[in-house]
Amino acid sequence: MKKGCRILLIATLLAGAAGPVAARKDKEEAPASQGPSAEPENPYPSTYHPYGGRPTVLRGATIFDGEGGRIDNGVVFLSEGKVSAIGGPDTPIPADVVVIDAQGKYVTPGVIDIHSHLGDYPSPSVEALSDGNEATSPVTPHVWAEHSVWPQDPGFSRALANGGVTTLQILPGSANLFGGRSVTLKNVPARTMQGMKFPGAPQGLKMACGENPKRVYGSKGREPSTRMGNMAINRQTWIKAREYQKKRAAGKEQTRDLGMETLADVLEGKILVHNHCYRADEMANVIDMSKEFGYRIAAFHHAVEAYKIADMLRDNGICAALWGDWYGFKMEAYDGIKENIPLVHRAGACSIVHSDDQDGIQRLNQEAAKALGAGRRMGIDISDEVAWTWLAINPARAMGIADRTGSLKVGKMADVVLWNGNPFSTYTRPEKVWIDGALLYDADNPKRRPVSDFELGQIGAGDVK
Amino acid sequence: MSNTARKNPFGSSLSKTLVCALAAAISAPVLAQSVAITGATVAIGDGSEPVQNGTVVLDGGKVVAAGAGVAVPAGAKIVDGSGKWVTPGIVSGFSRVGLVEVPAVKETNDTAARSPFSAAIDVTPAINPLANPIAISRAGGVTRAVVAPATGTGIFAGQGAVIDLGADMNPITKARAFQYVEMGEAGAAEAGGSRAAMILTFRMMLRQAQDYAKAPASYDGNSKDALLNGVDAQALVPVVTGAMPLMVHVESARDILIVLALRQDFPALKLILAGATEGWMVAPQIAAAKVPVITAGLEDLPSAFEKLAATQSNVGRMVKAGVSVSMGMLTGDDALQLRVATQQAGNMVALTRVPGATGLSWGQALRTITSAPAEAMGLGDRIGSLTPGKAGDVVIWDGDPFEMTSAPVAVWIDGVQQPLENRQTKLRDRYATPTEGALPKAYEW
Repeated sequence: MKKGCRILLIATLLAGAAGPVAARKDKEEAPASQGPSAEPENPYPSTYHPYGGRPTVLRGATIFDGEGGRIDNGVVFLSEGKVSAIGGPDTPIPADVVVIDAQGKYVTPGVIDIHSHLGDYPSPSVEALSDGNEATSPVTPHVWAEHSVWPQDPGFSRALANGGVTTLQILPGSANLFGGRSVTLKNVPARTMQGMKFPGAPQGLKMACGENPKRVYGSKGREPSTRMGNMAINRQTWIKAREYQKKRAAGKEQTRDLGMETLADVLEGKILVHNHCYRADEMANVIDMSKEFGYRIAAFHHAVEAYKIADMLRDNGICAALWGDWYGFKMEAYDGIKENIPLVHRAGACSIVHSDDQDGIQRLNQEAAKALGAGRRMGIDISDEVAWTWLAINPARAMGIADRTGSLKVGKMADVVLWNGNPFSTYTRPEKVWIDGALLYDADNPKRRPVSDFELGQIGAGDVK
Repeated sequence: MSNTARKNPFGSSLSKTLVCALAAAISAPVLAQSVAITGATVAIGDGSEPVQNGTVVLDGGKVVAAGAGVAVPAGAKIVDGSGKWVTPGIVSGFSRVGLVEVPAVKETNDTAARSPFSAAIDVTPAINPLANPIAISRAGGVTRAVVAPATGTGIFAGQGAVIDLGADMNPITKARAFQYVEMGEAGAAEAGGSRAAMILTFRMMLRQAQDYAKAPASYDGNSKDALLNGVDAQALVPVVTGAMPLMVHVESARDILIVLALRQDFPALKLILAGATEGWMVAPQIAAAKVPVITAGLEDLPSAFEKLAATQSNVGRMVKAGVSVSMGMLTGDDALQLRVATQQAGNMVALTRVPGATGLSWGQALRTITSAPAEAMGLGDRIGSLTPGKAGDVVIWDGDPFEMTSAPVAVWIDGVQQPLENRQTKLRDRYATPTEGALPKAYEW
């Protein structure tokens, strides 16, 4: 009865990859153009800045550090926007800091959603705001999802307050084989997309397998109308991209082509591939294609059949970004099972819980719990703290930001959630959420809950009015 | 498994394919057992809170007793429930399960039709008890479901049913349980593009149904003034007389008031509100009208202009105001994911710990997915709780059923223990290790 976005035009991609490709330089100012074919380094630079906060100690909580570690009765110290100390009860607590008694509560790194369309398919879901698929050509690597992001989407605030989401990747939809570039955002309210943009995060390229591209274009009497058509157009496009990239690398003059720039950056490892793909056999084809043209796949997104090829994903260093329990809504999702995530995990591949949904992003912890329970019932014994990697360091790695966030390690961004209980419990909600050390959600303080322009003055603003 | 505890689950002429597909069901006992589940945390489903060390007794396909201090009858099969939870089977307050195998595969999707007919459409014969989503939902603890058609031609979608999710060929608990009509944004679109046209269309259709009732033989469905053919007019007669409930999908506060006001002209209408995302704003009026609500529970985004006031506290606030609230699949995969009912309920409990929010107690939350939808469908005396005499629909869970790490370990419907295997469990077992052995995976079954 609700949105058809998922079934009609779902876009999913993933990026995977255990080994992060070198991130773009942390240089956010736009350099001057250097000639007719020169690409500006960073033409839409981040203007995000941490919002500041008082040095704060969380004391007494159970900590999942996001990399599989657990500290009982732990201490986390946040200052100057960073995690400045983490340890057991003996960790020294500095003077003149805010000390929060977190006994009986849990502390984790902020949840990272590697697959979101917030801002591009915002609420309200009306045509005028539907900006997630440039469904006019199957090959649109020139479009950038960030240019569709509407920062006033009320969904961002729900993901923060209910889901503890501090970082998210916004992807184009999956109507196209090459959907365009993704953008990684800090989940902070801002007037502009640039004000949310995660400084220095690499962009992604959204690609899509399967039913969506062939249906969208086949129904218009155009190529592709088959899976073999999907692959043929992909390969033709990569051939062109190789040529473009060779010329560019050799410093030869050529007319700028935005789409080719994207693909050349993929071939040079600067942009990470997030590939929407459901079926095991199609993922295998895509893996071969990546070898044919010499690029890496960061992650397969949705990948309801990842469990069938978990060994291949492991051997190729590709992450799988997955739902907890979605299945069967379309033919290529028919074999989805709840054990997908734990089976991929057990094989030694990188598992990620993702949402692709404005509701699911509010409960990624519960989606992880579904997978965790299903795994345990079949004898896959994964601890809570290890399962939290699905929401933290694993997506951070696949997005190329693991050196800055995704776990509670000294020196990393202080992206932190204080939960009012075990976050794998349905009864648990975020109590406080910090982003770069700034307290941006506090369940106990109504003024620390963002209300978007769209909701301001509307009845029900801010949900818990 | 509508009304009997003993039956041949397959009939006589099933194809071999169907029999194979139902292999799991074949091995299931088809006799209602005398069963006593002991030592469990027992929740009745009537709004009361769970009790420790409880016992549930089933016999003859019915609940005989449930609670603390219940004696175990001689001869009953005893099931040790220690460390486990027992609830009535989950009743999905709204779904399209059984009408669809794969929603995006149109050949398998029987939810809506472009058809000369509307109100007369009856989902009953289209329910496929062998649909995989039924087996998967059953394994998730769902034993009954409200099944609604979707609109294809005009504002009326047709007549929905209440079904059970048992592994047999008789799914219907109550056929023609309600008529379904769209009256919000979707209804306005179906009526040509405005609410004004929608309301007029609704009124005139019901007037013509009244005309039909007065003189069926002289009703001319082909006249240029006729909005309904004879068959559809006939189908709306029980709606006008109140013999059949009218489930109205409506979301906004003002649309809810428009619907409640329809009883000024049609006083016998037996209304059920489906959706009601903004119900909290007019909860006192809904309560005063004694109209039950079936809602999504977790709808908290202004995903449409008719849902601007969406809040997770909607259910809690309506219950507090005295509205009978059920939860169902008003959003999301209404044919597939009925098992998320327990997640919806658990989140209502979570809200009791969020400052400023309104949630539900555990027992109240369970009621929204068991006895409340049963009562909304007029089946409160037959299903939806573990009070004596109700259908023996029982689930044993390996932990708190609202926790996502928990799952059913045993399910009974009408006292008959159900198979929990399905193609998802088979796929899980086949790919427990992804690498192939001496022969391809296709030989592992």
